[in-house]
Amino acid sequence: MVNKVWAFFIISGIFFCIVTGNLKVLNEELLLSADTAFGMLLKIFPVMALWLGIMKIAEDAGLLKKLSQKIACILKYLFPEIPKNHESLSYIASNVICNMFGLGNAATPFGLKAMQSLQTLNDKKDTASKSMITFLVLNTSGLTLIPTTILSLRMLHKSVEPTAIVLPCLIATFASTFVGLVCNYFLSRRH
Amino acid sequence: MEFVSNLIIPCMVAFVLIYGGLKKVDVYDSFTEGAKESFPMILTMFPSMLAMVFGVNLFIKSGFLEFCLSFMDPVLSILKIPIEILTLSIMRPISGSSALALLNTILETFGPDSFSGLLASIIQGSTDTTFYVLTLYFGSIGIKKIRYSLVAGLLADLAGIVAAFIVANLFF
Repeated sequence: MVNKVWAFFIISGIFFCIVTGNLKVLNEELLLSADTAFGMLLKIFPVMALWLGIMKIAEDAGLLKKLSQKIACILKYLFPEIPKNHESLSYIASNVICNMFGLGNAATPFGLKAMQSLQTLNDKKDTASKSMITFLVLNTSGLTLIPTTILSLRMLHKSVEPTAIVLPCLIATFASTFVGLVCNYFLSRRH
Repeated sequence: MEFVSNLIIPCMVAFVLIYGGLKKVDVYDSFTEGAKESFPMILTMFPSMLAMVFGVNLFIKSGFLEFCLSFMDPVLSILKIPIEILTLSIMRPISGSSALALLNTILETFGPDSFSGLLASIIQGSTDTTFYVLTLYFGSIGIKKIRYSLVAGLLADLAGIVAAFIVANLFF
């Protein structure tokens, strides 16, 4: 699927640029993409290192284990394959908590650690496991309590009521997470 | 609200350090050891990140998406939905930065308190960049066969967009 989507993006982009005579944009993008990708990594790299450091302290102090025990009862319904008290549960929990508060930068390293930890439970190392996909859906459905970026953007444009969207956002995001998880459940049973 | 969310990170860091100190953890050593783990992570991530940026940028900057959607314009004008909302909905799972830039444009043109501005804000807030999350997370551990994850992620996004439409109509 990714193969086809990816190829479609590139081929349609190139053809459309040629047809519309937009060759300047085409050549620029061809060369700039690598730069942009590297720039993105450079941007998340330091923040990630910092959070992985803080997280290691929490792990060595036994804090992550404690956290995972606390919310294991909820997560075990979503992730039935993960053994009880496994470390991945605490990473997943930390990721979800950070996402909820709109702390995307802090959430990403937790998410990466969660994936790494789920990989240790995975039999086929090149294939995504059920738990990994469930975790991915939790992330892509954008579960947020406080959408900080959007609030600041609305303030920037001088909204009379920048926070008017908080409650609607909350309802929409819970709906999307719920539907996403239900779809995920049925898809996982079919595959 | 903003004050609370600004308070969370510092409190979290302080709490972890105090807790670690009480448990007699060598906090400095633990920190540097943890930070070291970021190097291999970044290295495994780069190829998939590069592939994604390459594909997505070519697609979006070419203007192909806008061209396809322009055919939808008559239908949308009857429903009184600006074309930008549809573009945003489709762009959102593909490219986070482009979607944010588009939201900025929508807020600027229609105003943050207009129906379009509110709807666009809710769409942006209730979905996430599926392609980015997918490449980042699976790329970091070398997953090649992603099975049904793209479908599941996109369905979650679709649900978010539909929910945003319904909620915006109910509230505003």
